[in-house]
Amino acid sequence: MILKSVRKNKIKTGFIITLFFIFITLFVYFLSKLIFDDIYIAAAIGLSFSIISAFASYYNSDKMILSLNGARPATREEFLQLNVSLESLCIAAGLPLPKLYVMDTPALNAFATGRNPEHAVVCVTTGLLNKLDKYELEGVLAHELSHIKNYDILLSTIAIVMVGFVTIVADILTHSFIWGGNRDSDNKAAGLLVIVGIIFLILSPIFANLLKLAISRNREYLADASAVEITRNKQGLISALQKLETENEPMNINEATESLFIVNPLKGKKQKDSLWSTHPNTQNRIQRLQEIN
Amino acid sequence: MIWIIIIIIIVLLIVFLYNYLVKLNIRCQNAWSQIDNQLKRRYDLIPNLVEVTKGYAAYERETLAAVVNARNQNPTMQELAKETEEVSQNVKQLLAVAESYPDLKANEVFKNLQIELTGTEDKIAFARQFYNDTVQHYNSAIMMFPSNIMAKILKYKEKEYFKVNEEEKKEVKVKL
Repeated sequence: MILKSVRKNKIKTGFIITLFFIFITLFVYFLSKLIFDDIYIAAAIGLSFSIISAFASYYNSDKMILSLNGARPATREEFLQLNVSLESLCIAAGLPLPKLYVMDTPALNAFATGRNPEHAVVCVTTGLLNKLDKYELEGVLAHELSHIKNYDILLSTIAIVMVGFVTIVADILTHSFIWGGNRDSDNKAAGLLVIVGIIFLILSPIFANLLKLAISRNREYLADASAVEITRNKQGLISALQKLETENEPMNINEATESLFIVNPLKGKKQKDSLWSTHPNTQNRIQRLQEIN
Repeated sequence: MIWIIIIIIIVLLIVFLYNYLVKLNIRCQNAWSQIDNQLKRRYDLIPNLVEVTKGYAAYERETLAAVVNARNQNPTMQELAKETEEVSQNVKQLLAVAESYPDLKANEVFKNLQIELTGTEDKIAFARQFYNDTVQHYNSAIMMFPSNIMAKILKYKEKEYFKVNEEEKKEVKVKL
């Protein structure tokens, strides 16, 4: 089951990278064609720009996400218990030790990011450390380690960074198309800009929703189950989820990274799993955990 | 033509089986070294605990020191598993008793040592769990067809689990 989901995640990631590549290439191509009026130069600029940005986001996406959410490294001196717990769970899961970060907020939440188990990050909030006991904390950490093992981190991290990038570009373009369209005296260029603008106008919401579709909600159920396999103690995760549900408060985070977290950090008290919710209902998760023998 | 294809398939199968078994064997060795590392780490930490609890919990402290000193230098897997269990029990016992002294409990060195040692105990338990799972995987591969043929050629033998036998486990518990 895990191997299957690893492959699925890698395929989906490849798909997103390809789309990203095509989108950025086309975008820069049309833009530089307007400026240089030469298809070869435009194509060269478009290709090199998208190659560079694709590589940059692939290798730096975890750092981007950490800085978007204002996380800082959790040193062994300051957070001994947290570090020791993570070390022991890594032994149980057979994973290399990920980097450990904390976010200074009273909210209870955690996320993992990175591109593979060798380059992974686990981040927890200080509120989580204050409110959870050792076994509950281990449940949450094991859940995040499962995301690392399943390569969920690769898919969601890449999706957030690349789709986020494209949405920003599309927004800028549609705005300049709406507000600055009339200033252009060159009819041919203006016509082209209108077409590109309309295309992006249509594509932008599609991309944003693609993000939600690509990251399936089942990943949370699977990670919960694998977490129990690691800790061999489902009670820890169950009571952790209960606390996360009842004692939580909304967090001040970047909205694009919402789907990374163990429970929805924005929390719009929705009761049922709908097609567009990024997180399964916590009660459903607890129920499924209780069904595990 | 058909013979060439058959030979190629057989060669590929041999290569696959060989790599599969070697990989499992290496995984067992890695899993074992995890246990080994944690056991060493624990024996490094215990003297510190004995030192910091000086003047408290005399009985538990001396028992732990005695158990650690009496350890076998060249144990079999069974003996080592039993020894590990025994030291674990004694470490937990000492930590539990030490916790009841308020000045020890407030001591920063003791607090950190407690987290480290409890963590090491957890790590030993998890490393053992991981090792036993790996060995189980390896052992069943060695016994199942067709990998058992390759195992015979490689002279791979069944590996022992890092586990205390049920009867011996009772014996350890009675001691406490």
